[in-house]
Amino acid sequence: MTYIPHSPKERDEMLATIGVEKLKDLFHAIPAAHRYPDLDLPPALTEMEAAAELNEIAQANESAAELVSFLGAGVYNHYIPAAINHILLRGEFYTAYTPYQPEISQGTLQAIFEYQSMMANLTGMDVANASHYDGSTAVAEAVNMAIAQFRGKRKRIVMSAGVHPQYRATTNTYTQFADLDIVGTEAGSLSTPDALAELIDENTALVVVQYPDFFGRVFDYTKLGEAAHKAGALFCIVANPTALGMLKTPGEMDADMVVGEGQPLGIAMSYGGPYLGFFTTRQKYVRKMAGRLVGESVDSRGQRAFVLTLTPREQHIKRERATSNICSNQGLLALAAGVYMSLLGQTGMRHVAELCYHKAHYAAEQIANLPGFELCHDEPFFHEFVVCCKEPVAEINAHLLEHGIIGGYDLGQDYPDMQNHLLIAVTEKNSKEEIDALVSVLAEVNHD
Amino acid sequence: MTDFKLDGAPKIVEPTVYELSSPGRIGVDFPEPDVPRTKLPDAMLRKELPLPELSEVDVVRHFVKLSTFNYSVDSGFYPLGSCTMKYNPKINEDTARLPGFANLHPMQPIETTQGALVLMFQLQEWLKEISGFDAITLQPAAGAHGEFVGVLMMRAYHRDRNDMKRMKMLIPDSAHGTNPATSAMSGLKVVQIPSDERGNVDLDALRAEADDTLVGMMLTNPNTLGLFDENVEEICQIVHDAGGLMYGDGANMNAMLGITKMADLGFDVMHYNLHKTFSTPHGGGGPGSGPVCVTAELADFLPAPIVDVVEEEAEGLPPLFGLVDPPKTIGRVKAFHGHFGMFVRAFTYIAMHGPDGLRDVSEYAVLNANYILARLRDTYHVPYDRICMHEFVAEGRWKDAPDIHALDIAKRLMDYGFHPPTNYFPLIVHEALMIEPTETENKVTLDTFIDAMLKIAEEAHATPDLLHEAPHNTPFGRLDEVKAAKDLVLCCWLPENYGEQ
Repeated sequence: MTYIPHSPKERDEMLATIGVEKLKDLFHAIPAAHRYPDLDLPPALTEMEAAAELNEIAQANESAAELVSFLGAGVYNHYIPAAINHILLRGEFYTAYTPYQPEISQGTLQAIFEYQSMMANLTGMDVANASHYDGSTAVAEAVNMAIAQFRGKRKRIVMSAGVHPQYRATTNTYTQFADLDIVGTEAGSLSTPDALAELIDENTALVVVQYPDFFGRVFDYTKLGEAAHKAGALFCIVANPTALGMLKTPGEMDADMVVGEGQPLGIAMSYGGPYLGFFTTRQKYVRKMAGRLVGESVDSRGQRAFVLTLTPREQHIKRERATSNICSNQGLLALAAGVYMSLLGQTGMRHVAELCYHKAHYAAEQIANLPGFELCHDEPFFHEFVVCCKEPVAEINAHLLEHGIIGGYDLGQDYPDMQNHLLIAVTEKNSKEEIDALVSVLAEVNHD
Repeated sequence: MTDFKLDGAPKIVEPTVYELSSPGRIGVDFPEPDVPRTKLPDAMLRKELPLPELSEVDVVRHFVKLSTFNYSVDSGFYPLGSCTMKYNPKINEDTARLPGFANLHPMQPIETTQGALVLMFQLQEWLKEISGFDAITLQPAAGAHGEFVGVLMMRAYHRDRNDMKRMKMLIPDSAHGTNPATSAMSGLKVVQIPSDERGNVDLDALRAEADDTLVGMMLTNPNTLGLFDENVEEICQIVHDAGGLMYGDGANMNAMLGITKMADLGFDVMHYNLHKTFSTPHGGGGPGSGPVCVTAELADFLPAPIVDVVEEEAEGLPPLFGLVDPPKTIGRVKAFHGHFGMFVRAFTYIAMHGPDGLRDVSEYAVLNANYILARLRDTYHVPYDRICMHEFVAEGRWKDAPDIHALDIAKRLMDYGFHPPTNYFPLIVHEALMIEPTETENKVTLDTFIDAMLKIAEEAHATPDLLHEAPHNTPFGRLDEVKAAKDLVLCCWLPENYGEQ
């Protein structure tokens, strides 16, 4: 099945207008030796056959649709209100491109402007951009922005070990030729803000922490922010947007940038993407921020309207003088997040956050009561917590899976000093029944 | 110039969600906790959460209303050059949303995600076959991200050989802005290579820069003029002789499917744009997906992880697929494994087209572009006029209509019901109009578009103000971009007295 509508007659008329005989005649510029190679691909399927085949492949997975899941670690199984998908499936949204022509793109432009506004309000910041690829690249872009802010003269980045390991890895990849001094793990895996503050010096461009951190812990970073600013450095908080439904904002902690993963805002887990990197900052840094921005203006008819603005910062104008090459972003996912926040509003966002909090604390308490399991930290946490186990996490997870439960994240994969440390996430979707099932299967593990 | 003088406050066509907000409304509710409540951490709670409050019907009507202000591929012809705005098959949206894909957590045990991993492995194989390369990563999130990954791998290759003096990247003057931005972002010096009178890379200028400080060259082929570079093999040879690597920007792969393989021409690295060539929707600006293919020489540098067989097929059991880190990997370039939802769509698209269907895609994309070119070239000057590939670039200006710019033509096209072509780019053509019809448009659509273009050319001479003041028939007129950049209103808020309403 192709989507090519030409009849043979139309094709021949067009060829005649062009002045060639055959379609092949259009390709003489291609070296003859390499023209029309064989393509070893399976034969074409009809739509019906493709639907069946894809269905079969999807069913070879065991997803959170059938299993009970306590896996988080940066991706969370939240309820997605039905209206979101219906709006995303409006062809006017999903089959349009970047709103370069504002006269016929006000839908996308106003939706992004509203997303920017809600993101700024949620994080307690002044402005948000139109999105980055995901949480990890938003962190890497924050590092780039800080380096550019000091014109490359400050080389140190203090990044907490409590920042998602894959975000730290992505930052390392992005900056591997930039000769930076990225520190943070020295302060320990389960480090505190005070220990991190010790690493800040006058060469530090940026301090990055996560909120709640990768282990679920909630710290007030106000003093760390003060320490960063005292050294003249910028301060970035990687925030979970669900937690911001109830927790003190990073803006109140005087962050200069608040970035993170927007997936919890109504975006399907979809095996890792596409997601939504959000990036917010202070008005004074807006010209330093990468990515697209939508601003309010008026049109020639006196109507309020929106338009891409400060575009001279971007690669298509600035070319080799641009600090970021970002072009396509996550427009449709920003729309999803905007619809999610509009539907939930202040009440719903707070409600979901509290549900996650209560359920996670119930789960933690029950698990801590089991012999052979204890909570590894005593700091406040949000919807994720670390359990110290006697058995290897892989074995525990295998046992859970036999009972239809996707267990938590094995922290030993990323933190060599955290073998037998299990990171458990609980969201509003996990019922008491599911939590109790988790607890009873965990209880069995130690009996075995 | 457009006059933006305002009498009083601007008219609000559709209020924002903040303006539609009313205290106490909610669009979706959640149950009360079924577990005992835990004391909240008072000192850590936020004081206010100034988000809007709407009912579900408010939200749906608002966004449906906004959607009607958009022009899209589903609304009509969208010949935006270099963006490949082809039709996005509906089945792809269904397959990507299958519960077995949509509810899959990226860090689940691989034993529970074999369907997803098989799909990714198969897509890797197909994309390698279509381009002729030996290895691939699906991880990059978009074309520009893929470029960045490719350039990092090129640098890592030289670093691995202890060849640290290579800091120069050659980029044709016709290149998209992401190419120089990517190179600069990777810390490289960008040297621009001019085009010759046929729109090819100027070989003498290339030879003059091809020395032992070369990281390589980034070349889009077909290039941004829509022309296949007639000397592509020689270009690759010159760069290779200087010890450099050839990066192929695959933005224009829609002309090349089953027509030629980029690896056979001499390229070492290439990114795809699944959202262009393989019809994953553009989403109003994203998400994209930018897999990067490489030759065997560069395979060890691919980003981590890639999908591979981790346990061979044995005793009637199928092979086990898993995620593997290449030995000299440049590292991870984003969290998790790439835009999986886009992989499902591209997989569906390739499976349905098969080898012959893909070749048809390119043949008909090129047919459509040449047909428009043939009918417009007497009216619009085409500076590099030869058989084009999937797009071509005309000038939107006439000596005898001095005040008319490409922008005016673009805006007037909206009045005729079309999305305009790309009109700021490539920079080497004055008042460029870059037209890419794609293969999914029928002859009647093309003829209607061509007729509109011819009519606009007449209007440009007879009634130029009609163009200057265009568009007339759209829901909004031209925007005051100066005001937007000067006032910088990037965010709105609930009114100060909101709680008292």
